Amino acid sequence: MLDVKEIQTIEHDVLVVGAGGAGIRAAIECAKQGMNTGMISKSLLGKAHTVMAEGGMAAALGNVDSRDNWKIHFRDTMRGGKFLNQWRMAELHAKEAPDRVRELEDMGAVFDRTEDGLINQRNFGGHRYPRLAHVGDRTGLEMIRTLQDFCIHQGIAIHMECIALDVLKNNGKVSGLVAYWRETGRFVIFKAKAIIFATGGAGRAWSVTSNSWEYTGDGLAMAYRAGAELMDLEFTQFHPTGMIWPPSVKGILVTEGVRGEGGILLNNKNERFMFNYIPEKFASETADTIEEADRWLDGDKEARRPPELLTRDVVAKAIMNEVKEGRGSKNGGAYLDIASRQSAEHIKKKLPSMYHQFKELAEVDITADPMEVGPTLHYFMGGIKVDHETQSTNVPGLYACGECAAGLHGANRLGGNSLSDLLVFGKLSGDYASKYCQKNRLESTSEQEIENIIRNATDILNKEEGKNPFLIHENLQKIMNNHVGIVREEKELIEGIEKIETLKVDIQEVKAHPASQYNPGWNAAIDLSNIIIASEAVAKSALIREESRGGHTRLDYPDETKNGLEYNVIIKKGTDGKMETRKEMRSTPPEHLSKIAFSSLEELEENNE
Amino acid sequence: MLATQRTDKWWIEPTLTAFGFLCFVIYTTWRAFSGENFVADNYLSPFYSPLLFENPAGHGLDHSWFGSWPTWVPNWIPKSPAIFILIFPLSFRMTCYYYRKFYYRSFFLSPPACAVEGIKQKNYKGETGFLIIQNLHRYTLYIALLYILILYYDGYHGLFRDGTFGIGIGTIILLINPTLLAFYAFGCHAFRHLIGGKEDCFTCPAGNEKIKYKAWKKVSLLNSKHMLWAWASMIWVALTDLYVMLVSKGVITDLNTWNN
Amino acid sequence: MSERKFSVWKGTPEGGKLHDYSIEVDKGMVVLDVVHEIQKLHDSNLAARWNCKAGKCGSCSVEINGKPKLGCMTRLNEYGEDETITIRPIKTFPIIKDLVTDVSWNYEQNKKIAPFKPRERDADGNHRFMQRDVDRVQEFRKCIECYLCQNVCHVLRDHEKKNKFVGPRFMLRLASLEMHPLDTENRIEDIKKEYGSGMCNITRCCTDVCPEHIQITDNAIIPLKERVVDEYYDPFMKLYNKIFKKSKLRIYIIKSYLVTLR
Repeated sequence: MLDVKEIQTIEHDVLVVGAGGAGIRAAIECAKQGMNTGMISKSLLGKAHTVMAEGGMAAALGNVDSRDNWKIHFRDTMRGGKFLNQWRMAELHAKEAPDRVRELEDMGAVFDRTEDGLINQRNFGGHRYPRLAHVGDRTGLEMIRTLQDFCIHQGIAIHMECIALDVLKNNGKVSGLVAYWRETGRFVIFKAKAIIFATGGAGRAWSVTSNSWEYTGDGLAMAYRAGAELMDLEFTQFHPTGMIWPPSVKGILVTEGVRGEGGILLNNKNERFMFNYIPEKFASETADTIEEADRWLDGDKEARRPPELLTRDVVAKAIMNEVKEGRGSKNGGAYLDIASRQSAEHIKKKLPSMYHQFKELAEVDITADPMEVGPTLHYFMGGIKVDHETQSTNVPGLYACGECAAGLHGANRLGGNSLSDLLVFGKLSGDYASKYCQKNRLESTSEQEIENIIRNATDILNKEEGKNPFLIHENLQKIMNNHVGIVREEKELIEGIEKIETLKVDIQEVKAHPASQYNPGWNAAIDLSNIIIASEAVAKSALIREESRGGHTRLDYPDETKNGLEYNVIIKKGTDGKMETRKEMRSTPPEHLSKIAFSSLEELEENNE
Repeated sequence: MLATQRTDKWWIEPTLTAFGFLCFVIYTTWRAFSGENFVADNYLSPFYSPLLFENPAGHGLDHSWFGSWPTWVPNWIPKSPAIFILIFPLSFRMTCYYYRKFYYRSFFLSPPACAVEGIKQKNYKGETGFLIIQNLHRYTLYIALLYILILYYDGYHGLFRDGTFGIGIGTIILLINPTLLAFYAFGCHAFRHLIGGKEDCFTCPAGNEKIKYKAWKKVSLLNSKHMLWAWASMIWVALTDLYVMLVSKGVITDLNTWNN
Repeated sequence: MSERKFSVWKGTPEGGKLHDYSIEVDKGMVVLDVVHEIQKLHDSNLAARWNCKAGKCGSCSVEINGKPKLGCMTRLNEYGEDETITIRPIKTFPIIKDLVTDVSWNYEQNKKIAPFKPRERDADGNHRFMQRDVDRVQEFRKCIECYLCQNVCHVLRDHEKKNKFVGPRFMLRLASLEMHPLDTENRIEDIKKEYGSGMCNITRCCTDVCPEHIQITDNAIIPLKERVVDEYYDPFMKLYNKIFKKSKLRIYIIKSYLVTLR
């Protein structure tokens, strides 16, 4: 029989779950406040998905263009998020990002410099001024390595390859967390006054994604089971151009820069199909003949932008439709051709990483042949609902920051706002979790609760017969791709939700090899119980939002509605154990903020033709 | 020993390198002790440069710096002018960071190739034991820099025969020789460090030490092809000697403006 | 699609052996895809590490046909069609299970290194230095910590001198700190005595296997060795540094030295 007293127990003031940019920054803050801090990480330290970020970290330092300030950054963020962002979060983010960048420099980060020797900043989509502090095209790696090398000297207990199972509660407050060591398969009980989730999104629910195996929505699901509310999960960012071939690299991003440099999208009939997909509201700004689009590329300021540079949702939708109607590329996408548009020399100079990416992984020379691309799931705008400043959830003692928290990005995230998000809200969550610890005592943990959690996990190992977790996961990915993909429709969503329901039954029957040591089958099975919740939440949120906005596109409701701005979709575990979905009315924005956002927006619209 | 799970032909590179180097060593040793045919008119073999004392039996008095062999040199030392000289360039090459790589690999099997087990050493010391002398590389560099000048001087000599200015194939060969050596020596890791690499920051605080950075950058460029220059200069020096020897023996005729 | 033969080492610290698999492979597949296929269809218990699958996180280090490589960046068509591809765990670190090894020793080395200590900011709150200084250290900071260099380094791999040498990865990290334009700490004594720069005999296998193509030996280890020479094996340089360090005379001498060189 299971004896809970025999299980390894570790006590901390604050336990941070996740060791990406947000998690490490939160842990550093807690340690700084004198907390006994622990941090658990699904992988080894420094391997988190933050390493994949390329572009940079948005912060209104004003080093390149001195006109930039937090207000403009704030306004850009709101505009990009289609005004569904949490106003105060966007404000805090814009105000604090510059300090977080400078602080990172004092931890040892080496950013690219301007001519004057200051931190250089680059232009990016949606940012009015050059704003992204960067290190070539590997800013994320620089960030995580800097935080990693700093945090190991801060007295933080770092528990690597330790996978969280569920949160423990007492009197409605957080009291700890049960986890297991990947290496041994043994369980461990963390007792903590406060827990900070920095667990990222759930991109692995889709078959085509830029996310790694860790992205299984663990934080979302654990918070959900602990009674926390999830918000805005219908907003999932798909990038229209990800690699689709060979299979090993499916989902890896192909930068928008390819199209910016003149790259065109073609179907298998060699037609430049984007001309057939120009939405009415963009028609006046978009070239309608190849001839005009080519003049734009040649620098003719009178010419309108080529349709390949329409917004991400439009382009992605167009590619999907071409495939659906049988005009897709060999491997089910579209051809992205830059070879016939620019000289080999120019391509190598302007798109070096793309050139190497295709050369090494796909054996495609993009200076000679077209690339094959298709939409890929990239980022979760939604997540755990948190207070805009303290990052606390509705469960006392539970905090969330980074991608797994909702609010900052609204309906759509601007490039570069993610890395600054990690630092700004990582720090804030650490700060407020520490304050919480100072005021609260360690709660006791319930042996029964612990036993239940552990039994759920070990049941998977103790079956004579059962289903293959990898195949179920593949099924789920197919369902999400087909039914909750980039363009959604009521019928498809309902069907998807039904399929997810049946998959839940399969997950009950999942089985893994009985060895508990470093057992990938077991890991995958446990992940399934989380990712299925995240998937269901996305599907149900998507069903309830009857409009198209940002990262959420509905075929049956193709436009933004005024009403859509008045609510957020909230997911919560009901008392009956079933998932509850509701629309929560948004409060009116603080006056000083709406003034900045709207006056500036009018200004912008005046400037934009 | 030589245990590995590699399935490719990993032994080709160390073997070829060892063979190439051995060829050079054998040729050099033979030539160093021969003490003959190192001068052909105004051409002097680099193996014998600087020619401090002339070989009593030889011809080349014009080239020697101090005339005939002094009488105090004991008889058991072969009267070859090269043996005093070769040790210097050799010390530069033997402590060179590139040569160290290949002879540790090819001759000491430490390791013979990547992921291939070498000779078991219970108490491996790397370059902390006897090999600590490798740290003197920069002093051998200073000597090598001197040699560049000396060899250019020989090349300059190659432009004048009996006081008449002219040029021959031999002159060109003699001038290329120190040039390749210069590419090798100026790309030396120790030189790269001394010229600027030792700085922690080239541009702190004001950003004005540009000259040091530029020098370091150029040296780095040469340094990235250090292996190439090492081999090129080594092969060329042997070819130069061979050329002088063959002309001296009359096997080949030097094409030149002095009508031979 | 075609069938290919693979041989994968499976085992525990007590021992193990190669297991043969015949896997349907698709064009363009990499070795890590094969590991996933095996997990999915043949052996869900085959332990392996991976994360980003794009050569950026450095998790999937293995030895493929005896060569240390990243599984995610090694395409199957690098090998002959009839050749059996053998996948083994990296040799230098203790086995946990199958392809997973215990690399915690590396984390301990990192912790030993004196942390970054920045200089004061300028009066306006900024740090100023130029891109050329960024470029030099950024090469080192590209490191993805795959530990292939640690694995292939014969000092650690064959001679097991883990107590004497921190390995190429951490020489690289030390170089990135020593050449950091903002750092004020001096680690030269430790580089010689604690971290064992003298143990490296610059046979360059670390550089050969680096998936990020970092010139570990030429740009990091050798420059550190030369700095150690300055301090310990070159009395003239030491004297010179003592007298002239940070003095105007020194800058003048260097400048005139360079002028004469040109």
